[in-house]
This record gives sequence, C-alpha cells and structure tokens, in this order.
Amino acid sequence: MNDMAAIILISVGVLFNIFGCIGLIRLPDMYNRLQAATKCVTLGCCSILLGVLVHFGIGSAGFRALVAIPILFFTATVAAHALARGAYHFGTKMDKRSVKDDYREAVK
Amino acid sequence: MRYVTVFILSMIFWLLITFKFTIPNIAAGAVASAITAAIFGRYYFYNVYKFLQPRRWLWFVVYLVTFIWACIKANFDVAYRVLHPAMPIKPGIVKVKTTLRSEFARTLLANSITMTPGTITVDIIGDEMYIHWIYIRSEDPALYTRMITGRFEEYIKKFAE
Repeated sequence: MNDMAAIILISVGVLFNIFGCIGLIRLPDMYNRLQAATKCVTLGCCSILLGVLVHFGIGSAGFRALVAIPILFFTATVAAHALARGAYHFGTKMDKRSVKDDYREAVK
Repeated sequence: MRYVTVFILSMIFWLLITFKFTIPNIAAGAVASAITAAIFGRYYFYNVYKFLQPRRWLWFVVYLVTFIWACIKANFDVAYRVLHPAMPIKPGIVKVKTTLRSEFARTLLANSITMTPGTITVDIIGDEMYIHWIYIRSEDPALYTRMITGRFEEYIKKFAE
C-alpha cells in the first residue's frame, strides 16, 4: 500500500518535471521559460520528495525530505525573481507576442 | 529576544535534518545555531511576540492551504499552456500596488505570487510590484491587481503584519 502511494507520488513528480522541460523548449522567451521552470519543476520535486517520505516512513530520511520542501520553495521563488530581474537589466528582449511592459519606465 | 528566536528556529531545523539525538550532535547544533543567530539575528523578526498569538497561527494555516491549492492549479495551468498545440500565451509585465508594509510580509507576498498560476515577481520598487504574467486577462489595473494578489494579501496582512 505504502509502496503503491510512493510510486504514484514519484511518477506524478517525474511527469511534471517532464512538462517543465518541454516548456523550457517550447516557450518563446526567457521570462516565459522561467515560468515553466519554477512552477512545474518545483512542484514536481516536492512530489518526488513526498514520495520519498512515504517510502521511508517517519525517520531520518523521511524528515530530511520533508525539510527540503520549504527550502526548495523559498530558494526556487527567490532564484526566479533574481533571474528575471537580472535578465531584464541585462537587456533580454521580451517575445513579440508580449502586450504590455510597465517595467520599462521604472527601470529608466 | 530576536536572537533567541533565530537560535531556537535554527536548532529545530538542525535536529530535523540530522535526526540524531546524541549529546555531541546536539552540542554541535547549538554552536552552529549560536553562530547563525549572532550573524543573522538582527535581520529577522522585529517583533517576536507575534509568534505567541494563536489568531496569527490560524490565519497562517488558512494561508498555507490556499497557497498549496494555488500551487497545484499553477502546475496544471503551465502544463496546459505548454502542451497545447497553439500555445495560448499573451505575456507582459504589469504593475501592481501592494498595501503591505513590513519587509517580511512583502517577501512572502512576492513568493506567493511567483508560485501562483502564470505570474512571476520581477521586482519591487517602493509600493509597486512588477509582475510578469504569462496570459494577461484584463487591462484594468484594479481588476488585475485583485486577480494577482487575490486573497493572499489579506491573509498575509492578518498573520504577518
């Protein structure tokens, strides 16, 4: 029963990681790719870590997996913010389909 | 008092990661936590007595549930946009005003926005947050401010401000 749940959680995690990777290839510009990279990959990894917790049960390895989840959330969001901001200041262009850019005036 | 809070939190963290309750391990953790508290203590928790109010914890739980639900929705949203043959995107950067005052609350709000469907916080200047949105659904500032910050802002205000 436990093994089954662990396998399902880890499979879901891997599936979302794959979606994130497809997004990295398909989406047009840096900022949109960042969206796929942060969202899908973060929740995918959390799902894998939960699978690890279910598999090993409450114990040394399980708690480490559990502690890794909030760390992953904080670092992934901060990294996404830093990358987006850095890319904008470096001058990375937004895709042609973009309809709005309020940030331009603020940076000047 | 602030230093003590950081010390206690780092100690709990250490014990969870190592998960070994022997004397040498706890002593090593105490030393490491003390160094952490001495260096970073002054950056966090300007009013530690907020930790002792149960009402704030209640709102924190409400926030956490909303946040996890938004995360799961965000994943399906991105998966849908990525896998759809026509790729329905309409990206842009919008400006959103926040009413939160403390740095900690603003950081939490920015992180929550990054994990919710289709939005990433690019920068915060003064009161204004600049947010990259993968599919702009509205042109009206009042409307999209409510769409993006949503219920997060009011929950965070209740437990972190």
